[in-house]
Amino acid sequence: MKFGAMKAHRRNRLLLVLFLVAAVGGATTFALLALNENINLFYAPEQIANGEAPLDTTIRAGGMVQEGSVVRDDQSLKVSFVISDMQYSEVMIEYEGILPDLFREGQGIIARGQLNEQGVFVAEEVLAKHDENYMPPEVADALKEAHSSNDS
Amino acid sequence: MFNWFHRLGSPRTFFAMTSSWHPWLLGLAACVLVGGSVWALLYVPPDYQQGNSVRIMYIHVPAAILAQSGYMMMAGAAIVYLVWRIKLADMAMAAVAPLGASITFLALVTGAIWGKPTWGTWWVWDARLTSTLVLFFLYVGVMALRSAMEGREQAGRACAILSVVGLVNLPIIKYSVDWWYTLHQPASFKLTEKPAMPVEMWLPLLVMVIGYYLFFFTVWFMRLRNEILVREQHTDWVRTWVSDR
Repeated sequence: MKFGAMKAHRRNRLLLVLFLVAAVGGATTFALLALNENINLFYAPEQIANGEAPLDTTIRAGGMVQEGSVVRDDQSLKVSFVISDMQYSEVMIEYEGILPDLFREGQGIIARGQLNEQGVFVAEEVLAKHDENYMPPEVADALKEAHSSNDS
Repeated sequence: MFNWFHRLGSPRTFFAMTSSWHPWLLGLAACVLVGGSVWALLYVPPDYQQGNSVRIMYIHVPAAILAQSGYMMMAGAAIVYLVWRIKLADMAMAAVAPLGASITFLALVTGAIWGKPTWGTWWVWDARLTSTLVLFFLYVGVMALRSAMEGREQAGRACAILSVVGLVNLPIIKYSVDWWYTLHQPASFKLTEKPAMPVEMWLPLLVMVIGYYLFFFTVWFMRLRNEILVREQHTDWVRTWVSDR
């Protein structure tokens, strides 16, 4: 498209449309930047450890379930586990209820509940977060085998 | 080049040119969709974590892609209409909005059905899900605006401006999973990286995406041809075309 060859009124309309897109885009960018914290669905373990999450208010916390941290009560549906960001921070979570099928150690989860003063997150709901990796069961088994033979 | 552009922009020329296209497009779309569905639903291996519910992906992901592509096409037609005042572009906008709304609805519903067994919930207000819901409302808003306004030209212009303004939502949908913490997982396919799934899982997905595109274009063309006939019903060529049937 030869821009210079366009009729003047069309060129002006095109510029107006482009200006409209740029203006709306700019306004939305500022609005989203201002709302940034509120758009996040959950608090990361690091934010909770740093005291950025409010106490005794219903919030969501998300992270990876730490290997070997899941403790189940024999008599009830009570369960406790630790979520971490795999780097620095950890949060203890207590929950009573049915966990989603995909809940397991090493899996990402998002819990809704309240943080108490002891720094324990008392959850009312636990959701499993699925990652973007898909594979057939045989491949997963093969990967696991290769992984464990590397360890030994 | 503009000469060709303007000729195709005439509803009559477009109608005559495409009259032999849609049976072929429809047949092709049906073949690809049926083939892809059988492959995806019967022969694709289950996922190591999700089991068989991974098959919902083959309906959900193409619908979500088309929901956004469809909006891009609607906004493209809107820009053409605003700048060049080509009537056919307005008709194309009117024809694509309900189609886009339906396919966005399909993406939302299949996502919820997948979310229940996988995440443990039908819906959360995270950035990806919410921005996709906004996309649905944009389509519905464009449809409502068109039917609410008197005067075809004013309605067309208002719809075009709303469509262009709504364009800002597309990058938000695309990057929502990277910019914010969401429950929805990030994209499994990136231009610069290998897909996060083996070939026997992504190849049927690619077939389904192509099938959805073909289906979308076919239905869009058919709706556009309908729209042309309705709007040009008082012209001689439509009268001749009708009496020839």
